[in-house]
Amino acid sequence: MKKLLEIKNVSLTYQTMTDEITAIKDLSFDCNDGEFISIIGPSGCGKTTILSLIAGLIKPTSGKILFNGNENVSHKNALGYMLQKDQLFPWRTIEKNVFLPLEIQKKLTPENINYALSLLDKYGLKDFKKSYPDQLSGGMRQRVALIRTLSSKPELLLLDEPFSALDYQTRLSVCDDVYNIIKAEKKTTILVTHDISEAISMSDIIIVLTDRPAKVKSFHRPNIEGVSPLRKRESADFGLWFEKIWKELN
Amino acid sequence: MKSNKQFSPQHIKFIKKTKRETGLVWFFRIAILVFGLGLWEFLARINVIDSFISSSPSRIFNTIGTLVSENNLFYHIGITLYETVLGFILAVGLGYVIALALWWSERLRRVLEPYIVILNSLPKIALGPIIIVWFGSGSKAIIFMAVIIGIIVAIITMLNGFLATDKNKILLLKSMGANKFQILTKLVIPGSFPTLISMLKISVGMAWIGSIMGEYLVSKAGLGYLIVYGGQVFKLDLVMASTVVLCVLAALMYSIVALLEKIIIKYKP
Repeated sequence: MKKLLEIKNVSLTYQTMTDEITAIKDLSFDCNDGEFISIIGPSGCGKTTILSLIAGLIKPTSGKILFNGNENVSHKNALGYMLQKDQLFPWRTIEKNVFLPLEIQKKLTPENINYALSLLDKYGLKDFKKSYPDQLSGGMRQRVALIRTLSSKPELLLLDEPFSALDYQTRLSVCDDVYNIIKAEKKTTILVTHDISEAISMSDIIIVLTDRPAKVKSFHRPNIEGVSPLRKRESADFGLWFEKIWKELN
Repeated sequence: MKSNKQFSPQHIKFIKKTKRETGLVWFFRIAILVFGLGLWEFLARINVIDSFISSSPSRIFNTIGTLVSENNLFYHIGITLYETVLGFILAVGLGYVIALALWWSERLRRVLEPYIVILNSLPKIALGPIIIVWFGSGSKAIIFMAVIIGIIVAIITMLNGFLATDKNKILLLKSMGANKFQILTKLVIPGSFPTLISMLKISVGMAWIGSIMGEYLVSKAGLGYLIVYGGQVFKLDLVMASTVVLCVLAALMYSIVALLEKIIIKYKP
């Protein structure tokens, strides 16, 4: 399998006027093409910081982050970042929101526009292209946010607790929704979450982090049977995995 | 949106009630005006109040008529409107651009912060003598007064609007590879449209304060000039008439901005 992302001995230290905080210390892991990895850890351990590092928004104090074997390449074009809230722009229509990455990256070609529109059609938003975000439900908005992330055809998706702003019912169905879309589009994904069951039900690999300064505590490969996160939650193994990871986090 | 939907009796009742309430509000609004003017006129006629000092609606009306027929009312209105509108446009335009620059450069913002705070709290009328010496006693001085009164508020309001941009939306754009200019044009400017509208509304008031205050200080024409002149020669009819005209103009200018707001909201930028 092709190694898409390699994180090698990455450390990050913040400077403030009164203190020097080591947020991440000697973090290493790889991500292969097509994998779904979840990063889980105690709150405030720097999970989001890891995504910012991968996205190239901040530079590590030491260590290397290789993307397709390259360092120091602008890999923003190859990345899709999805945040906690949908962050749709209320003054743009749904389709204009979805075109946003294309506009920013100056890739607004007919071909790319058609691709983005086809994603909207495919995932049940056909009739809402000209609507504004406030006319959509929370779950639909999150789906639009995912399609916006996909419209620039990124190789790697970074999801930062994308379901935590939703209520429980919506959350379960959106989780299923997003998982199915990601699998259908065959995208490599790194998900950051504090929700153990979300991590178990969605991912191929779970990385458990330690308290701050964050480093890898353990790797898990929960091979739970089931075609979707909801089905997996019904499996008997699910409870065992939950207990195991819950113990590690405490 | 129109539909041929059948409404339930409760809904019809609700609509009737709402309409009646709105009608009632308008009735009282007009009633206060009519009653106030009527009482004023009545008390002046029976000499309970001295119409030489407090004027009366009919005298104000006649004065406006005289002003129009002697053909100088519109000249004075024109002068004041010119000063106010130009002051408004300059204050809003320059204020917006300066606020953009301050958003762009955090260092510039930090450097200029104390100056803005001081200029904001300084009563601009204190600059009157300086303005007269620099700009003479014509429209230029008055426009300058309108600009310095309006611009600080415009800058502060707009800058706060720009800085209130959602940090996560900025992060999202950065993750797409956006540069600062793209963040400005795709997010900060369209996102601060509501702030722009409220800034325009505040600035209309500021421009009137500026131009009338300027005319009080130095002027040979304009509504502010008529008011001051009327006061000096004890022609209260003239003072009141000019004030009434001023009220009408200020309301008109405000409603133009309000109309602009409706248009912008309808056709989202």
